[in-house]
Order: sequence, then structure tokens, then C-alpha cells
Amino acid sequence: MYFGLSEEQKSLEENINRFLVDNASLDVIKAVANGDIEKADEIHRGIIDLGLSGLVIPEEYGGLGLNMLFATVVSAALGSGTAPVPFAGSYIMAPLAINLAGDDAQKNMWLPKIAGGECVIGVGLSEYVGAREDAGIEFSNGKLSGRSLFLIDGKNADGYLLANKSGELFLLDSSNPGIEITELVTVDKTRVSVELVMENVEAEVLPGSNDKTVIEKVLDAGRLMIAADTVGAAQVMLNKSVAYSLERKQFGRLIGSFQAVKHMCAEMAAELEPCHSMIWHAAHCQDNVPEEARLMACQTKAHVSEVGKQVSKTATEVHGGMGFTDELGLHYWFKRIGLNRQLLGSPELIREEAGRLQGFDQ
Amino acid sequence: MDLEYGPQYDEFRAEVVSFIKENENTKLTGPPRSESRVEWQQKLIDHGYFARSIPREYGGYGGDMDIIKLRIIAEEFAKSPIPKPAGGQGIQMLVPTLLSLGTEEQKQEYIRPTLRGEILWCQGYSEPNSGSDLASLQTKAELDGDEWVINGQKIWTSTAHLSQMCFILVRTEPDAPKHQGISYLLMPMDAEGIDRRPIKQMTGDSDFNELFLTNVRIPAKNIVGARGEGWKVANATLGHERGSLADPNVTQNRLNSLIDLMKNETIDGQRVIDKPIFRDRLLSIQGRLMAQQSNALRILSSQINKDQDANLAKSIVKLQGTELRHELEGLAIDAMGELGTLYEDSPHLRDNGAWQMTYMYYLGLIIGGGTNQIQKNIISERALGMPKEPKIQGA
Repeated sequence: MYFGLSEEQKSLEENINRFLVDNASLDVIKAVANGDIEKADEIHRGIIDLGLSGLVIPEEYGGLGLNMLFATVVSAALGSGTAPVPFAGSYIMAPLAINLAGDDAQKNMWLPKIAGGECVIGVGLSEYVGAREDAGIEFSNGKLSGRSLFLIDGKNADGYLLANKSGELFLLDSSNPGIEITELVTVDKTRVSVELVMENVEAEVLPGSNDKTVIEKVLDAGRLMIAADTVGAAQVMLNKSVAYSLERKQFGRLIGSFQAVKHMCAEMAAELEPCHSMIWHAAHCQDNVPEEARLMACQTKAHVSEVGKQVSKTATEVHGGMGFTDELGLHYWFKRIGLNRQLLGSPELIREEAGRLQGFDQ
Repeated sequence: MDLEYGPQYDEFRAEVVSFIKENENTKLTGPPRSESRVEWQQKLIDHGYFARSIPREYGGYGGDMDIIKLRIIAEEFAKSPIPKPAGGQGIQMLVPTLLSLGTEEQKQEYIRPTLRGEILWCQGYSEPNSGSDLASLQTKAELDGDEWVINGQKIWTSTAHLSQMCFILVRTEPDAPKHQGISYLLMPMDAEGIDRRPIKQMTGDSDFNELFLTNVRIPAKNIVGARGEGWKVANATLGHERGSLADPNVTQNRLNSLIDLMKNETIDGQRVIDKPIFRDRLLSIQGRLMAQQSNALRILSSQINKDQDANLAKSIVKLQGTELRHELEGLAIDAMGELGTLYEDSPHLRDNGAWQMTYMYYLGLIIGGGTNQIQKNIISERALGMPKEPKIQGA
């Protein structure tokens, strides 16, 4: 029995951390947030070189064929560096969906390209999870029409994976005529969301996605990636808080020697430490314990989002006025966690689902 | 990541299961230390289901320290109504202390009867003016010939009314700095000069006592470790107490009962669990519990795989576990509304009043075993490396 990360997983995590420290410093993140597309592309190329685009894609399609636990480790590392790159949607959810539900032609067409870093796929499942405004898509005679909001990794994507209300999944090329793409500006400038309005756009259904377990697996995986991203980001906020409290002096003392500050840090640590174990455990269930996988994924996303909210608030407070400034830049992590909380379902929405999974409504 | 215990344990588990099956109708009705209880305890030792790794010469089973086997025993016993091995502070705290720091004579004299449940122990640590700041304790002991003479007052002494012995912290070196002036003594509770007064708690029960000690004389040899080393001796086992206060697997049983309760109780004919806000609170507690269960797996793993570090994971168990349990019990009360306030032997009472009782009891545990505020000091200082509060001179 061993509960924890393997040497291989730890070294992957270290490689990503080192890459981000070297290539995505706070100054770089700030530049990207202010619109420096080249820098964002460089970082994106870098993670492709590390193999992250093909992480979960089977080896026969040019990927590394690794499991969800590896993916969770990667996502947490990217969150800790507020990495301005596509990941959860394009490199985890999309290939998972195509591999589970695509026909051979679709797999051969898309999986090697994703693995090779030649294409990014924006993923739009919002309308399945909980449609806002009048969003929703209709598919008939090979054509998609309607509106899809909040695509994950949707900016400059080469293709899109979209779900309709009943959970069927559709693939389309972003260059197909009839798509109007609008960037959605969120608080988190490290990732850009898009909206699609489509009128009779050529698209393909993923034939296996009439089985609802497909979208459920894709959703579980996505939620787990986002939860891991939050845990990574929150851990950095805690680390920065402790470090700051050991530098900053007031009343002739390090502020980290005041119980008020120590208890804030202890509370963050007490909430956050189990979240590391929880995301590993949830990933392990995705890989090996199917009967526990869904509930675990839902509860992990919901719980980690709550902890992330508390940590991001408390960490900002520990930094005092500096925590509120752009100069210190702590807000990039705060906003990353804030966006993650809403993606693929807010905690309240996901807990409703967790209740249904356990038959509480019967 | 590997959550399997491995096929080499299947046979062991089967043995445990068959023992439980054969003995599951065992009922222990007598008071503590009664013959049937001692016999049962000895039977558990003989089979290696209790005191498993304690050497045979001191009354244990003398087995290897196999964490997974201990876990399997705990898992299987938890599933059955079979009487569990006796616990208490003697077994949890004193026995490990004597095993690592006691003299050969002390080990021979106390460990066997403590394991068998013939000697029950209480813990004489806290004093009215020394709670969180335990090392400031003032109860003193002076050596007079071959006897210690103890004078002072102890408080929050659990089960003192049932105990034959007390492991007690006393000041023996009044001129030394406070942490270096304490000794750890073993005091028979039938010694002359011990006056015990029960403390009635908010739950209505009296689990605790005050002890007034006036010229209590005990043999000089009843010291564990050297003079002035009592603080170190005591700290060697405080961790054992804290870890046992908030086991998430026990909380899981309570959560299951809470789910049943919320399915059965109704408001205007509607099940409580169907009310979205109640259901959301329930699910949020479940999420927190699942996080703590994952944390517990990591701790278990670190006990099996010695090079795995889980210090921070361990340091938060008492804080997180007691807070969660208190909140869980509180949700049950809210789910029952006015019914949830019923107590003692009232009509309409649910589950013998256990929810209210446990709600209050866990508030006690949030305070006891090192208050949760002290836990936060420990987490921030030992796990996060933050500095201690500057000392006030003379304190």
C-alpha cells in the first residue's frame, strides 16, 4: 500500500515547476495579461515540448498514454505557476472524449495532431452543466446551430468540442464557415474564454457519446483538472503568505510572530493539506475505482473550490495592502482560483449533482 | 499509488473475520475490571488482536509491528457489534511511555495488568492555572527519604473515579526553568491525601474530576525518566492522544446516520433531505469528510512507507476532525429543529439524545487535548516554520 505520488510523477511535477520558474516568471505573466501573445505562445510551445499535449493520449496515436493521476499532477503544477496555456480542455477533456467516443477516422484525424501540439481544441460543456442566458446548441443533418458560452481553452482554437443539453458531443473545425467567435474577458487574464454563435456549421457527432457515461467521464476529468489547478495555485498563495510574514515587520516584530497571522496561515494549511490527498485520491478512483469515481470527482471539485476561495482571500489579507496591488501580483492566483470555482459548475451546482448520484432525491 | 494491501494479507483478514464470527455474540455487561472483561481482553491479546506489537514478556502478543495488520483488525472489528478492545489513557499513553522510557521493573509491574484492564489509569496533567500553558504547572513533589511527597491540585482528570493509578506531572526542581523542572510520577489512587471531586459538564455527565493532593506519599522509585525530564517524557506520548480524538472513519459512521436521519425526519410532510439548503449543508460536510479520509490514507501510508513525509497531514487531524464532527452533529440538530433540542428522557426524543450529547461533547474535544487554538500554534510553528510569540518576561 502506498498513497502518494511515484518518483516518476514527482519528477514530472519538478520539471514543469522548473520550466515555469524559468519561462513564466511574474513579469512574463504580467506581459501575457497585457496582451503579449508571443510570450504566451512560447510558454505553450514549452509545455508541448515537455509532452503535456499528449499526456493522456494513447501511445498508438503519438501520446504518452499516462493516467489521470499524472494529469492531476501536471494540472496542479500549471496552476501553481498560473501558466497561461491551454490544458484541461484541449489536452485532457477533448482527447479523452475523442478516444472514448470517436470513430476510427476521428481518432486518427485528431489525436495525433493534439499529441503533436499541432492543434488546440476548445471545449464547451457549459450548456450541459447549466446553461446561462439562452445558450444551447442544436444538431441536425450534420449541421450545428446555436450558442455556446465559456469554452475552456477556446481562444485561437483549431477545433471545438461542444455538448448539447443531453450530453451528446460534437466536433467541428474552427475554420468551418458560419461560426462567429467572440472573446470573453474574465478576471483571469491568464486564460481567455470565448463564445461561439453558430449557424448551420458543419460538425460531426462523436458516435459513442449517445452513451451518457462518456460526457460524465469527460466532465469528471475536467473537474478534477480544474480542482488540481486550484490546489496548485492555493498552495503558492499559502507559501507566499508564510514567506511574506517572515519578512514584514510591524511593531518591531515579524508579523509572522503574531498569533492573528499565524492562525490565518494554520487555517489555510489545515484546509489545504488534505486537498492534495483528495485530488490524488479522486484521480486514483478515475483510473482504478470506477464505482467511486463520479462522486469523488464531484465532491473534490466542490470542496477544493471552497478551500480555494478561503485560502485566496486569507492569503491576500496576510499581505495587507500589498496583497491588493498589481505590483505584487498575488491577484493572478486569486483570479485563477476565482475562475476555476465557476468552471464546469460552481460548488452548489456540483453538490446538487453529488446528491443525485447518491440517490438523495429518491 | 496503490491502495491494495496485497494478497499476502487475505489469509490474515480471513482469520480475523472468522474470529469475529465465532465471538460476535460476546456481551460484556460487568463494570470495568470485572472478570468477564479481563478475560475478553486477554483473549484478544492471545489472538494478537490487541497489544499486538507489545513484547510477550510484558503481557502483549509479541507480534511484529505490521501497520496493515493493525488496520485490518480495526476495519473488521468496526464492522461488527463485537466488543472492542478496551482503550483509555493507560493503554494509549502510559504503556507506550513505559515501553520507551520506563525501568524494567516498571514495565514488569504495570504493563501486563494495564493491558488486561486490571489497572485503569488517569492523567494528572492540567491544573486550574496551567491549561494551555501546561509547563507552568505548580503541583510540587519533594523527596523525603525514599518517598515523594506531593502537594497541589489537578483538574480535568478523566476517569479518576474509576482509576487505580495516575500518571502525574509535578514540579520537582523549583529553581530550574519551567520546562526542566518537571518530573513524571506514577501515583496510586488509593494513597492517603487524595481528595477527588467530580466536575459536572454541560452535557450533564461527570467524566472529569478535580484532584486535591495533600501530602500524598508515593515510593521514590515511581518516577519515569530522570528528575526534571517529565516534560520530555509526557511529550513523547501526547501525539497518541491527539491522533485518537477525531478518526474520520468514525465520523463516516455518524455521517451515514445523519443521512438516514435526514431521510426520515420531515417538515410539513417533506423529508428534510429534500430541502435544498439542508441537503447542500449535508453534502458540504460530506466533501470535507472525504478530504479528511484522503488525508488519513496519506498518514497511514507514511506509517507503512517510512520515508514518506506526512507531518503537516498529521498535525491538522485533531483541529479539522473535531471541528467537522461538531458541525456534523449540529446539522443533525438543525435537521430536527425543536425535536433536536429534546434531551434526557423527554417524549419524542430521537436516538436517546445522542446528537445533542455529541454536539456538546465535541465542543469539549475542540477544547480538550490541546485547544484548537493551541493546535493552530503547533501547525504554524512546527509545520510552517513560523516563530513563537515573544515571551513575556517572568512567564
